[in-house]
Amino acid sequence: MKIHEYQAKAILSRYAISVPAGIACFSVEEAILAAEKLGGDKWVVKAQIYAGGRGKAGGVKLAKSIVEVRQFSEAMLFAPLVTHQTGPQGQIVRRLYIEQGIDISHEYYVALVVDRASQCVSLIASDAGGMDIEGVATSTPEKIHKTQINPLEGLNLQDAERVVRQINLPESCRSAAVSMLGALYQAFDENDISLLEINPLIVTPDNRLIALDAKMNFDDNALFRHPEIVALRDLDEDDPLEVEAARHGLSYIPLDGDIGCLVNGAGLAMATMDIIKLYGGNPANFLDVGGGATVEKVTEAFKLMLRNPDLQAILVNIFGGIMRCDVIADGVVSAVREVKLAVPLIVRLEGTNVELGKKILADSGLTIIAGSNMADAARKAVDAAARHRSEAATRGA
Amino acid sequence: MAILIDRHTRVMTQGITGKTGQFHTRQCREYAFGRDCFVAGVNPKKAGEDFEGIPVFATVEAARQTTGATVSVIYVPPAYAAAAIDEAVEAELDLVICITEGIPVRDMLRTRARMRGKKTQLIGPNCPGVITPGELKIGIMPGAIHQQGRIGVVSRSGTLTYEAVAQLSELGLGQSTCIGIGGDPINGLKHIDILKLFNEDDGTDAVLMVGEIGGTDEEESAHWVKDHMKKPVVGFVAGMTAPPGKRMGHAGAIIAGGKGTAQEKIEVMEACGIHVARNPAEMGKLLKTVI
Repeated sequence: MKIHEYQAKAILSRYAISVPAGIACFSVEEAILAAEKLGGDKWVVKAQIYAGGRGKAGGVKLAKSIVEVRQFSEAMLFAPLVTHQTGPQGQIVRRLYIEQGIDISHEYYVALVVDRASQCVSLIASDAGGMDIEGVATSTPEKIHKTQINPLEGLNLQDAERVVRQINLPESCRSAAVSMLGALYQAFDENDISLLEINPLIVTPDNRLIALDAKMNFDDNALFRHPEIVALRDLDEDDPLEVEAARHGLSYIPLDGDIGCLVNGAGLAMATMDIIKLYGGNPANFLDVGGGATVEKVTEAFKLMLRNPDLQAILVNIFGGIMRCDVIADGVVSAVREVKLAVPLIVRLEGTNVELGKKILADSGLTIIAGSNMADAARKAVDAAARHRSEAATRGA
Repeated sequence: MAILIDRHTRVMTQGITGKTGQFHTRQCREYAFGRDCFVAGVNPKKAGEDFEGIPVFATVEAARQTTGATVSVIYVPPAYAAAAIDEAVEAELDLVICITEGIPVRDMLRTRARMRGKKTQLIGPNCPGVITPGELKIGIMPGAIHQQGRIGVVSRSGTLTYEAVAQLSELGLGQSTCIGIGGDPINGLKHIDILKLFNEDDGTDAVLMVGEIGGTDEEESAHWVKDHMKKPVVGFVAGMTAPPGKRMGHAGAIIAGGKGTAQEKIEVMEACGIHVARNPAEMGKLLKTVI
């Protein structure tokens, strides 16, 4: 789960990490009031969306007057912001963060991340902070310093001191930086964060150390013990279908094809998408019904897929282990009846109680195309989708 | 011959009194030599009771001492599962198989750190378990699709492993041992560790390795295969069509920062001499051509 920059900074403040004074706003009027309240002679107007790359995309603007605060706020609010992470349609900006402008003497990069390869949390630091850290990592990897942290000991003092020297922080900031790194790790650990990125971490001309930006991702598996984090979720940022799916215990990701897939198990669900593509079709979604699907869950899964106006066929691919094929078959039959399915349905069942499952489908009187194995089912789905599309075109003409 | 488990293995179930633990312990007991192998259960509040004749102990240590069990399988809920692994490691079991899905990463990081230098090996979490066909099944996979034989199977997935196994069985290619290592980013034995075991196992002639997007596990094992593997390896990588930045069901199945794509993995695997099936329906068929 992700949160907004201003929310991440509020968490950092609780760990005594310096961030600029700022106020979150939902309208232009609020933005102007916020700037007046913050005072000073310059402000930063920052679009609050989860996606990165806001700076380069025009989502972060320095305003030198209240008039400019108004101009930038008007331009950003309720308009889509297109960054390299949002996709071409962009993400609508619904919140702004107005911050006091701060003079920068140098920009650094600091991040904590769960590193799968070493099975540790890694502290990543660089003196080349700023907008193009990815570029730094590829062109001058020697400027990126990586330190592995033993979770049983936390970030030790020697490591923190070494990192601070490696990134050439000015002498006078070093002890503050060592404490800050300790506090960052504490925040990371206590909140079950999976990625914490400060880019840039800045030193001001008067040698203060300030987190100018903050990005936090949380471990979904640990949200049960952080209701205060869950409460920060901004549903406008998530795909509404994914949110709906999660509520029913389904793992669903929309794609841009036209063949809906309903599968049990994440690996098999991906493989099903892959084989559809291999046979010349296009998967409309990833959908894992999980190990304990019920009639209700299967029905919800059908409803989710049918929200896609371009859907031309549905492929159900089930390898029953814990999940019994007869339960899935019951679910499919009742779902098809309830949603009055109008696109071809291809079903492949294998595993526990497969014969009973097939009988339930056959006895239902519904038009269901049976797939004898994964390849056969995928081929039939691709053919059926193409046929359905051309028939619809003929009817349309 | 097989790896990790066989008919002589003695197993305890941690979380035996829960619904999942009961269901699967029963199923595993009914498979091959399961009745002899499942000898203990653990639940701190129900020590002294039994589950269908299997005695329940308060601690892993007590279960080990009394029954001689050296392997445990865990069905404990996610909030307590890492502590259950810790307990098994402290009791110096040989192998822990953790089925539980959804364990917080922070818990697993600590558990993995505690395991350093200890003898216990871990399979999972978030995995279907381990089966040596005809001998012993520890986990949630359907026993009936397996056949005794000489092909090793290792996979990050559950149902996709069943698909792979069913393809092998249909072609008459039985399996020595099938292992689901799980879909989490922080886990126990990896593809490379299992490949090393299969390489040394007299009962295994070839290995089917099923991977998926995310991480660099497949690449690391591919490099090892190139330099050390004496037996043919066939692979498949799920997620050719997965969009970047999205978690595809498994916590570990995500293309992050352009890394961990199926394309990348397949290229490295092929360059290292692994035969990679592009079509998930042809994993078994491809394996048949290399033995």
